[in-house]
Amino acid sequence: MRDDDSNKKEKQDERSGVSRRDFLKISSISVAVPLVAGPKAVLAAGEQVPVHGPGAGAMQFTINGKKYKANLEPRVTLLDALRDEFDITGAKRVCDRAECGACTVLINNKPVYACSVLAIEAQGKQVTTVESLMQQGKLHPIQQAFVDNDASQCGFCTPGFVVACKAFLDKHPNPTAEDIRHGLSGNLCRCGTYHGIQQAIAQVAQKGA
Amino acid sequence: MPDYSWPDAGHRTLIGKRISRVDSPVKVSGQAKYTYDVKRPGLLFGKILRCPYAHAKVISIDTSAAEKMPGVKAVHIIQKSNSTIHWAGDEIVAVAAVDEPTAEDAIRSIEVKYQKLPHLVSDAEPPKGAAEAQGPISMDDIDEMLDNQVPPRQMVEQIQQYGITSKPEEETLNGLKEDGATDDVINAIRAATVHPEEGTRPKSNYQKAAAQTVGDGEKAFAQAEVSSEGLYGAPVITHCCLESHGSTSEWTDNDHLLVHMSTQNVSGIAGQMAELLKVPATNIRVHQDHIGGGFGSKFGPDRWGIATAEISKKADGKPVRIMLERDSELKVAGARPSAYARVKVGAKKDGTIVAWQSESWGTGGPGGGGMPPIPYVLSIPNQRKEHTAIRNNIGPARAWRAPNHPQAAVITMCALDDLAAKLNMDPLEFFLKNIELATKDRQNTYREELGIASDLMGWKQKWHPRGQNASGNVVRGVGLSMHTWGGRGHASDCDLTLHPDGSVDIKLGTQDIGTGTRTTILIVAADTLGIPMDGIKLYIGDTLYPPSGGSGGSTTPGGVSSSTRRAAVDARDALFAKVAPALNAQPDDLESVNGTVRVKSNPSKSLSWKEACSKLGAMPVTVRGKNPDKSKPPDLTNSGVGGVSMAEVEVDTDTGVVKAKKMVAVQDCGLIIDLKMAESSCYGALIMGISYALFEEKVMDQTTGRMLNPNMEYYRLAGLNDIPELVVHMMTGKGYDERGVIGLGEPPVISPGAAISNAVANAIGVRVPFLPLTPDRVLAALSQKAGA
Repeated sequence: MRDDDSNKKEKQDERSGVSRRDFLKISSISVAVPLVAGPKAVLAAGEQVPVHGPGAGAMQFTINGKKYKANLEPRVTLLDALRDEFDITGAKRVCDRAECGACTVLINNKPVYACSVLAIEAQGKQVTTVESLMQQGKLHPIQQAFVDNDASQCGFCTPGFVVACKAFLDKHPNPTAEDIRHGLSGNLCRCGTYHGIQQAIAQVAQKGA
Repeated sequence: MPDYSWPDAGHRTLIGKRISRVDSPVKVSGQAKYTYDVKRPGLLFGKILRCPYAHAKVISIDTSAAEKMPGVKAVHIIQKSNSTIHWAGDEIVAVAAVDEPTAEDAIRSIEVKYQKLPHLVSDAEPPKGAAEAQGPISMDDIDEMLDNQVPPRQMVEQIQQYGITSKPEEETLNGLKEDGATDDVINAIRAATVHPEEGTRPKSNYQKAAAQTVGDGEKAFAQAEVSSEGLYGAPVITHCCLESHGSTSEWTDNDHLLVHMSTQNVSGIAGQMAELLKVPATNIRVHQDHIGGGFGSKFGPDRWGIATAEISKKADGKPVRIMLERDSELKVAGARPSAYARVKVGAKKDGTIVAWQSESWGTGGPGGGGMPPIPYVLSIPNQRKEHTAIRNNIGPARAWRAPNHPQAAVITMCALDDLAAKLNMDPLEFFLKNIELATKDRQNTYREELGIASDLMGWKQKWHPRGQNASGNVVRGVGLSMHTWGGRGHASDCDLTLHPDGSVDIKLGTQDIGTGTRTTILIVAADTLGIPMDGIKLYIGDTLYPPSGGSGGSTTPGGVSSSTRRAAVDARDALFAKVAPALNAQPDDLESVNGTVRVKSNPSKSLSWKEACSKLGAMPVTVRGKNPDKSKPPDLTNSGVGGVSMAEVEVDTDTGVVKAKKMVAVQDCGLIIDLKMAESSCYGALIMGISYALFEEKVMDQTTGRMLNPNMEYYRLAGLNDIPELVVHMMTGKGYDERGVIGLGEPPVISPGAAISNAVANAIGVRVPFLPLTPDRVLAALSQKAGA
């Protein structure tokens, strides 16, 4: 989505008095989605824009390098598509409104809250979930560090945290303690595993993975 | 008699070491399947229509539009017309549909008319002279209590205290039973005194819940040389489990139900569902692999769990999943009761505490609730205390990690800290001076723990008389608190099977709620059998396996480790009996170490584990271990721990923002099975403590009767950025190990709130009465101090 489009959308949200999340869920117009399966088009602000829905339409995704297809309503989020359509359940639904990070996945290598991205917007992009981090039965170094440092208790926040930590370390291979505290404050844990998570990140950073 | 006792330090190969959790790999890789992740073939999505009002009567329900909606498979009315609703968010209608959006559309199409009734959602101090509910109880009152989910123990107490208005017919009793009255309640009604003459019970939100006197308070206060008065308390907070409450139910045939439920109580769920669904408990199978948090709020099937089964029946037995949305999770699925108190404490000049007086109040929702155990830890010789329970419309309370203890710690430890300040004493010295008021067998533990905590905190360098800080707007302070808990192991059965090929399996109907139960069981079994942990296949979380108690009150580690130890010792000895002839030895002369069964006095005479098991013959050997089991002494679990928390905080007196800078936990729990997990439990408890001390509160709006912050933006949990330096020290070795296994879930979470409040008082020179210590409360306390 281009920046000017995104600004436009935020403004629209303010005017209508609905939250962005509600807006995403009820809206069926998206100005920046690639044309798929021949949606009809309308003239809006002098431009021809495709209209999806109401009702389900064919969508396709690239998730963990594999192609997936589904018939989805435009209001379905990426998180619900992953979990309910494709049974990829590592990302969890917790707050369902971009507050806790339990649903963190990567889109084109950038961490996003999958509960607040529409599935329709994720088409044509690389979606990466926690399930893909393990390679040939071997845990990713950050996953191994979570195990070594006992960084999960109930474990429900863990997949989101692992993905967020991986993205964080990719960007900050040698973080300071302050970097870690700031960079990972978008994910919440109820059992209180932050101590182990800090140690896990330190372990990977030291090894220079 | 086989020797079941725990091995001494020299003979432990795994017990007490730092061992990584066995289920971490599936959790970090996203493979662990929680109830929320279970997707049964043909799954229908359930949604619930909830009452928006805190107190209302249901006038009419029109579900016709939902029933006609394509994709909707069943509609089920949970509370019919004429039902009285006692809290906002209570369940009215459930629907099941082919997907979630359709279920949401169906819910939106249902029309319910309500008659609003007056509500109370405040838990402010009861007005003086407020009318109280007292007098004999009618069967309608009982019915209302059941509606309100008043805990059975509390109902029994009230029935015993006040009697009943009339002797009920058997039919009425059966009706109450159907509405969920437990046998204890029914028996209390049968045994109750009848007082028909006293008329009906006045309706009131206030209930005197306790009035106790110990010693002679008046005389003691008259003799006290120094006394301190203050106001203290902790609000209602929620459990906020990351995996919300919920389940998937399906009828595998007409009278067999399969339930996947997010629960702390796998073995106990079927019985609770059976009565309400009118099928034998044996026909209900409950399964759970992983649970995303419970903290005391997931012991029952809940009304929405029963609804999944009922609506599945209407949808031809298809699996129906209802997982609560986040707002419902926070509104209706768990709240810790509040507790507040006006406290007066008195001491001699030398710091000896002589008297306690408290008028406390709090709410556990419609049930009211009881008095927390105050004064806490220290049995002050002269006490006078009264507690008023406020019955209001905020929704039912549930056990929250160490029920009532964090509140008791805040009220007691903060009042005593204020007294120490008035005495110009260092609270560390003050508490040490009064430690003989603690239960006798824990006094030395507290002394030892306070000493270690003080060293780890650097207390002597950091403590300063209250409010005497270096100048500046950012001030520091330290505070401490002590706590106690039981933690004896619950009833647990464990089946252990040795197979002739050397493989081993263990089955328990317990659950791992994130506390490391799987790892605990495997450590005990592997240490006892002398084989690696990955040589054992463990099955838990299913009613197909022998029952184990619910995971509450820190009872699981003692329960499962004891039953597993007994099973493993018996299995090992059964194996030794078969193997002994092959090694030309007596069974008693054998030991199993490092995957080898050998003669103790001559280790070269040995068989590999696999070879040894082949001597079992064709059939596997299964033994059952139990806890408790008086026939197989010694007792392997114990009860009663101490524990100390210390906090260092920094307060910005311009903004009122409090930051934890360092937290120390020193904790005993008898014999530790896994040191790494024990420490994690304490780190987590300190963090949870920071969270409820600084941020958490279920904020209710009296005008609408609704919760104002049912989301994770405004119901704030501590994040990584709120976490300071954390130091944990576990008490081990002599004096601790030989006590046996004691649970650890509750104790370390009790003190952090009180310790942080005391640290803030030390920093800013004035008490902020109530948690959470939010900037507005800190600034209000500071301005009151300036004005005083």
